[in-house]
Amino acid sequence: MPEPTMKQSEAETDSVIHTEVDITPLDLGGSTVPEGEKLLEVDDVTLRFGGVVALDGVSFDIRKGEILGLIGPNGAGKTTCFNVMTGVYQPTSGGIRFLGAALGRRKKFAITKLGIARTFQNIRLFANMTALENVMVGVDAHHSTGVISAMFRLPKHRHEENTGYRRAFDLLRFMGLEDKANELSRNLAYGDQRRLEIARALATNPSLLCLDEPAAGFNPAEKLRLMELIRSIRDQGYTVLLIEHDMRLVMGVTDRIVVLEFGRKIAEGAPAEIRDNPAVIAAYLGVDEEDAS
Amino acid sequence: MSTSTTPTRTSRPDFKGRVSGLPTSAKIVLWALFAVFLFALPLLNIPFITTADSDFGGVLFTVSTYVLVALGLNIVVGYAGLLDLGYVGFYAIGAYVVGVLSSQHASLPWLVAVPVAIGVAMISGVILGAPTLRVRGDYLAIVTLGFGEIVRLSLINSQWLNGAQGISNIPRPPGVTLFELPSLDWSSGAPVVDLDNTTTFIKFGIGDFIPYYWLALVVIGLVLLFDILVKNSRVGRAWEATREDEDAAELMGVPTFRFKLLAFSLGAAIGGLSGALFAGKAGFISPDNFILLLSILFLAAVVVGGAGNRWGVIVGAIVVGYFPERFREFAEFRVLVFGLALMLLAIFRPQGILPPRRARRVRRADEREEHIEEGLPDA
Repeated sequence: MPEPTMKQSEAETDSVIHTEVDITPLDLGGSTVPEGEKLLEVDDVTLRFGGVVALDGVSFDIRKGEILGLIGPNGAGKTTCFNVMTGVYQPTSGGIRFLGAALGRRKKFAITKLGIARTFQNIRLFANMTALENVMVGVDAHHSTGVISAMFRLPKHRHEENTGYRRAFDLLRFMGLEDKANELSRNLAYGDQRRLEIARALATNPSLLCLDEPAAGFNPAEKLRLMELIRSIRDQGYTVLLIEHDMRLVMGVTDRIVVLEFGRKIAEGAPAEIRDNPAVIAAYLGVDEEDAS
Repeated sequence: MSTSTTPTRTSRPDFKGRVSGLPTSAKIVLWALFAVFLFALPLLNIPFITTADSDFGGVLFTVSTYVLVALGLNIVVGYAGLLDLGYVGFYAIGAYVVGVLSSQHASLPWLVAVPVAIGVAMISGVILGAPTLRVRGDYLAIVTLGFGEIVRLSLINSQWLNGAQGISNIPRPPGVTLFELPSLDWSSGAPVVDLDNTTTFIKFGIGDFIPYYWLALVVIGLVLLFDILVKNSRVGRAWEATREDEDAAELMGVPTFRFKLLAFSLGAAIGGLSGALFAGKAGFISPDNFILLLSILFLAAVVVGGAGNRWGVIVGAIVVGYFPERFREFAEFRVLVFGLALMLLAIFRPQGILPPRRARRVRRADEREEHIEEGLPDA
């Protein structure tokens, strides 16, 4: 992965985001959850690496249609939590239920197909593929064209290519990347790469979109614009789980917040409650527990 | 490439630009002319290109098998990013299946044995890949290296396969004698039609290897077509995504193991097909035909040409297969020069002679984008 080039000024001036483009989730006939109900349940998840306890009995749930913030100081276990949810790690104990069914030992790609998509804290695009192709890989998650269909250009291949490219292009337009569709993703400006990651994740048609510090490396103005973008993604019918460092930012965009520290959940609630929660303040300011209470 | 502007569609007035600007019908004519030229190449006997010290038809056939093998290996190494150092194993399996079925233990015609050889090579690719594709990078290279040697040593030590003596009397591909094609003679400085030196269209004999070259050309054409169609689809994208970042691909819904296994078995099938062609031409095969050096040369063809670009690996295969034959008069010095050339290439052009041409892909994608925009109600 080549070091992304910092071209923030360019990212700021170039991109016109088309949040009016219709990118609502496609109905692929899977099981669905009514608005406001539990979409994903993290149930008493513990994850140990040898003697290190990365997650310690963490439980929370994500309700359909909300933006849930997952915050905490460095090393609190936020990304680890993502990794458990997307099948990268298996929890030592406890489990995760998604759409009413346990994830169990499902493979990573199967979990994606089931409806959990994610971005990465350090950008992991397919560097030598174009922006459009990157998004197409995501769209392909629900395609089934194999060698035979491709070789004989069967109707299935043609249908999936046509509808798929249209969807991929819509997503790029939504993210304001349509001018960059045919650029290799490694040549994109840093901010564009971040948004392309979100587009690629959205392409897998997720019921739950997990964003791992999508605003990392952004200046405050860019962060604000990204938060608006995330809100409009939610308004199109997606549920969002957001990891973010910047407390103030998270307060503005999320409906509820879960706070982790040292692998444990120390608070959960509406942004206003979290702001005044002494344990959270202590965790962020590094004050001793006694002083805080 | 600039980040602020999309690459322009205007064709520059260079050769490539002019060709790509031509209408489709003209392109087809150009391709057809090129194909005719390739078929006529061994009859034209063009000075300097023609190898003086060895039969040119035979050399062209050898180069064609290199091209075929490189196309197959390109799927594995170039597209899916799996380093395979034992590709000669599949080549050997293809040749030996033909040998066993048509000479050693049965007497099926060559044409019947070939599909079986492709199938067996493909299955052996799955058998080798299923356990080993779970390891990555260097480990995979070591395992495949071992595979190539295991195949060769098994051939030497198997009485059933006639051990080190190999299998002889492998039947030729079926042919029909239609007419004689004369060749050109340049010995007087200008081309003269040489009616004494003719090739029978299309008879697979012992002395004249030109028809085998023609057969190989047809097979290369079919494999190329297959390559283009499959690469430009979900399958090709999944391979590339896996090569670029396997974990990210998996998390974007690509069943990477399945696609790696697919690349491996398709590559193996093409390797087996090349081996079957070789057996049909040589008539005699022995374990000595399938040494480790061949695996290295096959891989060199792919890397030298530009892994991931099918036209690049064809060029690479021609370089690796043709030049040592062309400069045979320099005896062992040619190996020295070849080695030096590879080193220089690695230093000055590590991407290969023709690295994957993103420009072409971008142009194609631009056309697609226009197509999509036309279909949008608000654009």
